Amino acid sequence: MTNNSIIKKRWISLYVENQIGVLAKISGLFSGKSYNLDSLTVGETEDSTISRMTIGVTSDDITFEQIKKQLNRSIEVIKVVDITDIPINMKEILYVKISFCTEKDKEEIFRIAQVFDLKIVDYNKNTILIESLQTEVKNNDIIKLLNNVFINRLEVVRGGSVAIEAISMTDR
Amino acid sequence: MQVKGTEIFVKALKEEGVDILFGYPGGQAIDLFDALYDQNEIEVIMPRHEQALVHAADGYARSTGKVGVCLVTSGPGATNLVTGIATANYDSVPLVCFTGQVPQNLLGNDAFQEVDIVGITRSICKYAVTVRDRLELPRIIKEAFYIARTGRPGPVVVDLPKDVQQAMGSDEYPSEVSIRSYKPNEGVHMGQIKRAITILNKAKKPLFLIGGGVNIAHANKEMTKLVDITGVPIITTIMGKGAISTKHPLYMGNIGIHGSYAANHAVSECDVLFSIGTRFNDRITGKISEFAKNATIIHIDIDSASISKNIAVDIPIVADAKLAIEKLIELVVPVKAGEWVEQVRGWKEKYPINMDKHNGMTPEKIIRTINDMYKNLIVVTDVGQNQLWTTQYIELDENKQLLTSGGLGTMGYGFPAAIGAKLGNPKKDVICITGDGGMQMNIQEMATAVAMELPLIICIFNNGYLGNVRQWQEMFYNKRYSSTCLRYRKSCNRDCGNCNKACPKYTPDFIKLAESYDAYGIRVTKEEEIVNAFLYANSNKEGPTIIEFIIEREVNVLPMVPGGKPLNEMILDC
Repeated sequence: MTNNSIIKKRWISLYVENQIGVLAKISGLFSGKSYNLDSLTVGETEDSTISRMTIGVTSDDITFEQIKKQLNRSIEVIKVVDITDIPINMKEILYVKISFCTEKDKEEIFRIAQVFDLKIVDYNKNTILIESLQTEVKNNDIIKLLNNVFINRLEVVRGGSVAIEAISMTDR
Repeated sequence: MQVKGTEIFVKALKEEGVDILFGYPGGQAIDLFDALYDQNEIEVIMPRHEQALVHAADGYARSTGKVGVCLVTSGPGATNLVTGIATANYDSVPLVCFTGQVPQNLLGNDAFQEVDIVGITRSICKYAVTVRDRLELPRIIKEAFYIARTGRPGPVVVDLPKDVQQAMGSDEYPSEVSIRSYKPNEGVHMGQIKRAITILNKAKKPLFLIGGGVNIAHANKEMTKLVDITGVPIITTIMGKGAISTKHPLYMGNIGIHGSYAANHAVSECDVLFSIGTRFNDRITGKISEFAKNATIIHIDIDSASISKNIAVDIPIVADAKLAIEKLIELVVPVKAGEWVEQVRGWKEKYPINMDKHNGMTPEKIIRTINDMYKNLIVVTDVGQNQLWTTQYIELDENKQLLTSGGLGTMGYGFPAAIGAKLGNPKKDVICITGDGGMQMNIQEMATAVAMELPLIICIFNNGYLGNVRQWQEMFYNKRYSSTCLRYRKSCNRDCGNCNKACPKYTPDFIKLAESYDAYGIRVTKEEEIVNAFLYANSNKEGPTIIEFIIEREVNVLPMVPGGKPLNEMILDC
């Protein structure tokens, strides 16, 4: 086995029993074993007895192998799918509320929204609420940009990524 | 027919073949104990503390191969199990631990004796579940036993709210179990087996490294056959000791920080390391980058997560040890490694482990006496020097078994586990080897051993110290014996540095303690008295006998690999 120690972002799609305590079990596994958990989303699937998690981790190859094995051996885990290097559709919801906006600010926000494909979902005299449905990386960029322009005026909440395997192999 | 939850609970235990249950009652378990009162098929043993209870169930399970069953109440009853559950989890011991729980209408209310035991034990057991519906009770118990004993065995916690215990429901207990998310590996990948054999056959310096997995799979006969056919030398971890007779000419001893010179050097110099059922724990690898540096490593384990966790493996094989070894036996041929075998054997002869430099009564002499006097034996150790000496000097074969807390290293394990082992094996001699520290961690179990009329022998190696830590303090902490002297009194000079005649009397007096429990105790101070002490203990068939061996206070376990060093850099003497 090669000792590949490249640390990179990886994604797992995890099928688990939809039962009380399973989320605690999975998140506890990450904290207990000091794995670097970046994001975890969970929701019911088409089968109400199964939940599906999308888990983002940053790790080297060896640790990632161990993470997958540890998940697999958990009794409540039905299937572990490594989606790091396969075609997937993945999005994260992001809300950004920007306060103390002047008219000029608002114009700038509308321009940014147009360029970055953001939705203005609510606003009043001096506050604007933006919704972004993008990849995690793109959302990072958007937050960075907005933070640069509207320092200390942002309120950010993001949902964590949700992913599903692509149908067409070229879709990403 | 409609029956109460407690009735289906008793029926389930019977269907699972439970003959002994280790139980301690309490408010939220009282209904379950009431249901057990009317039957004779399951013997209920009541240890005097829940921690000892779970260790006893563990000793029973390890020594019989059956599932150990615990029943305790909610709250403190449940939390007292924690150390024992973690102990069993580390060493892959099948347990099902039932905990009483407050009724569901009180759950989350911080009710009297309510704890979230499923949450507490989640990371230290194989599976934990609260039964929330009487309907699910039979299925969950069935699954609990199945999960505990299959795959890599381990402890399962089943939390039973009182309302579920009392609710009426079906009296049917399922005969089949199917869990979609749990399918233990039952096959062997023949391609990988063949690849492993090809590599083994080309080896010039092959070596078997065997862990506890082979003992758990009861593959001892098969393992011996594999060694006999191939002629490859074999070393074990302490959990693997006994996988093959320790008298076998190709057995080279234990590997690890207190392993034999031959074993540690063999693993450092081998070119093919064929390992089965070991986790490559840090106690056996030493400095990881130097471990089996020149070797191609083959690893068979039932738990895929144990493969390539600590040591990168070239040929991984996920399988039950027994199944895999059976397949290997069909295909292996003698490996031409005569020179290598002679080399390893030479090390073994030149550097045996012994305590020859110490005069008088040594732990080695006591353990060798046990080797000579007992033919059908279960030895149960506590943790610390007593354990390490035992793993070094005890001889094992198909009629002798060693039980020890290898993974968690739980002090207080030995004595209650010996009680469990004796209960499960009334016809075998059971000897507990413990220290004066560890014995005091579950000393109250004298009452259980006396009550159950268990003729087991408790050897206390009394040096008045927490000896293993003291040894580290001597070797690496400039003899600063911080909190390790068991003879310490407030009036002592803290930095006395050594013991002397003026030391306070030791507390307790183990002989008087035995008497107070209506048991026998005998104190041995001289080498010549060892045999007679065991003869005396053997003659006591009615209950436990304590043999207190007053050993030299500052004796070390050697050889030793200091922390972070490669295995072949051993301290042989100091």
